[in-house]
Amino acid sequence: MSPTAIWTMYLFEMKRFFRSLVQSLISPVISTSLYFVVFGAAIGRNIQEMDGIPYGAFIVPGLVMLSVMTQAVSNGSFGIYFPKFMGTVYEQLSAPVSFLEIVIAYAGAAASKALLIGVMILATSTFFVDLHIQHPLMAAAFLVLTCISFSLMGFIIGIWAESFEQLQLVPLLIITPLVFLGGSFYSVSMLPGVWHTISLFNPVVYLVSGFRWAFFGTAEVPVGLSLLAIAAFTGLCLLVIWRIFQTGWRIRQ
Amino acid sequence: MPIVSVQDVTKTYASGFQALKGVNLEIDEGEILALLGPNGAGKTTLISSICGITRPSSGRILVGGHDVVTQYRQARRLIGLVPQELNLEPFAPVGPGVAFSRGLFGLRRDPARVEAVLRQLSLWEKRNARMRELSGGMKRRVLIAKALAHEPRVLFLDEPTAGVDVELRRDMWKVVAELKRQGVTIILTTHYIEEAEAIADRIGVIADGQILLVEEKAQLMARMGRKNLSVHLREPVAAIPAALAGYELELCNGGRTLIYSYDTKSDGTGITRLLSDLQAAGLSLRDLETRQSSLEDIFVDLVKERP
Ligand SMILES: Nc1ncnc2c1ncn2[C@@H]1O[C@H](COP(=O)(O)OP(=O)(O)OP(=O)(O)O)[C@@H](O)[C@H]1O
Ligand SMILES: [Mg+2]
Repeated sequence: MSPTAIWTMYLFEMKRFFRSLVQSLISPVISTSLYFVVFGAAIGRNIQEMDGIPYGAFIVPGLVMLSVMTQAVSNGSFGIYFPKFMGTVYEQLSAPVSFLEIVIAYAGAAASKALLIGVMILATSTFFVDLHIQHPLMAAAFLVLTCISFSLMGFIIGIWAESFEQLQLVPLLIITPLVFLGGSFYSVSMLPGVWHTISLFNPVVYLVSGFRWAFFGTAEVPVGLSLLAIAAFTGLCLLVIWRIFQTGWRIRQ
Repeated sequence: MPIVSVQDVTKTYASGFQALKGVNLEIDEGEILALLGPNGAGKTTLISSICGITRPSSGRILVGGHDVVTQYRQARRLIGLVPQELNLEPFAPVGPGVAFSRGLFGLRRDPARVEAVLRQLSLWEKRNARMRELSGGMKRRVLIAKALAHEPRVLFLDEPTAGVDVELRRDMWKVVAELKRQGVTIILTTHYIEEAEAIADRIGVIADGQILLVEEKAQLMARMGRKNLSVHLREPVAAIPAALAGYELELCNGGRTLIYSYDTKSDGTGITRLLSDLQAAGLSLRDLETRQSSLEDIFVDLVKERP
């Protein structure tokens, strides 16, 4: 393991982010504010409460999760796809670093960016609603784990993708629907029977539910199950990455 | 012990195409080896296999005695690679880009070293420019700077002077000579035979995934010192007359032409004697012609001769 090499790659990635810091941070802030205006102020006035929580506050954890997941996946996939696409990945491949170090640096950078954006959204939301986080440590743990696991997933997509279209495809066809149907803006227990059952196959439901539990102390699925879900998801991503590492799939011909 | 040792290496790409067909090559520390070969010969594939960009399908490669697959860290630490393509991140600035390459090899930050490398390649004025603001020749030099940032002992230059003007090419040769003086082993690929002649100690010829020859440049030059005398005959002969068996002769052109090769550097070329012996053998001449073979000829012959 070479900490210097990891740190070098990590910093280089973060610098790319900071070079366009304003764009990177302002768009999630604006879109969050829009969500609050639409869901909180306009629709929320008719909904009042959900699971005994004011609707404006209810959507905060979901909103944070929504942005964090999409940002982690897009940053994670782009971060490794870009050097592959530009051909600059020859440097990492010919350097005395292992695939693991590359994953730590790139997924780590993507997770850091997503985390930063998540915190930013949380901060923005305090301008719209009163927030009191009941289990701050658990909230932080859920947030960080989500950032990491979705960045790993993004990394896999970035390795797999052979064109920019493919890079957009998985997030568009799989991640976005799962995230939107994952109970960010509503409680899945409100759904009628069949849909409720189907929802329980959506891993995002467990993450949002766990995160929301950390905020308000109420959950749609037991917290333990949420933790298990995120651990399993992280494990799965690591397993896939391990296989890619062993076979050199789509990166080392 | 050679610093680079390639042993029976083959490479079959996922497409099923075999780009290397059992390559053996030993490179000594401190030498400059030029790899000559036509497009698609496998030069880049060979370099990629040594540097870790691709995995060889079979065989073994040692750099500094370390296996490039199982001991890749030790092996790669010794290697600097300048790729054929101008692969640079368009928005990254030059200076930090070179510092990045150093960090990637696990070395501490060393602004003085980075500055020295940038100055050596006349890039110091461009240290804050973004890659996309550079000309092609400058980009090529940035790639070299990146490869030198971690002080490699073996430097691979994959067509370093492709698309580079004459003046810059000479600058590049100077850099190579300077590196050699510092003891760096250099392997470069090129299509330019003059380039190989100008800077290499040894020349390797590769075609169709096989090394056809690796020879001291001096020896190749000596071969180049050979000339051919073509003797065109009035009447074709079926075989070389027995009286002429003592000469190094070759019959071609349907028995109409005899080719005599001789060494221009030796004292007697034997031409006078050959001509009188030809007459004695009863052959009448239509024409004579001499030709000096160049490295280019040797190269073309080698590449063409193959089945
Ligand atoms: N990734 C790949 N997949 C399949 N075939 C490949 C791949 N890369 C190279 N080849 C093939 O392998 C052969 C050797 O290619 P290589 O790039 O090593 O040639 P080269 O000697 O460097 O040529 P040039 O002088 O044009 O750079 C070519 O026929 C090429 O088409
Ligand atoms: Mg090539």
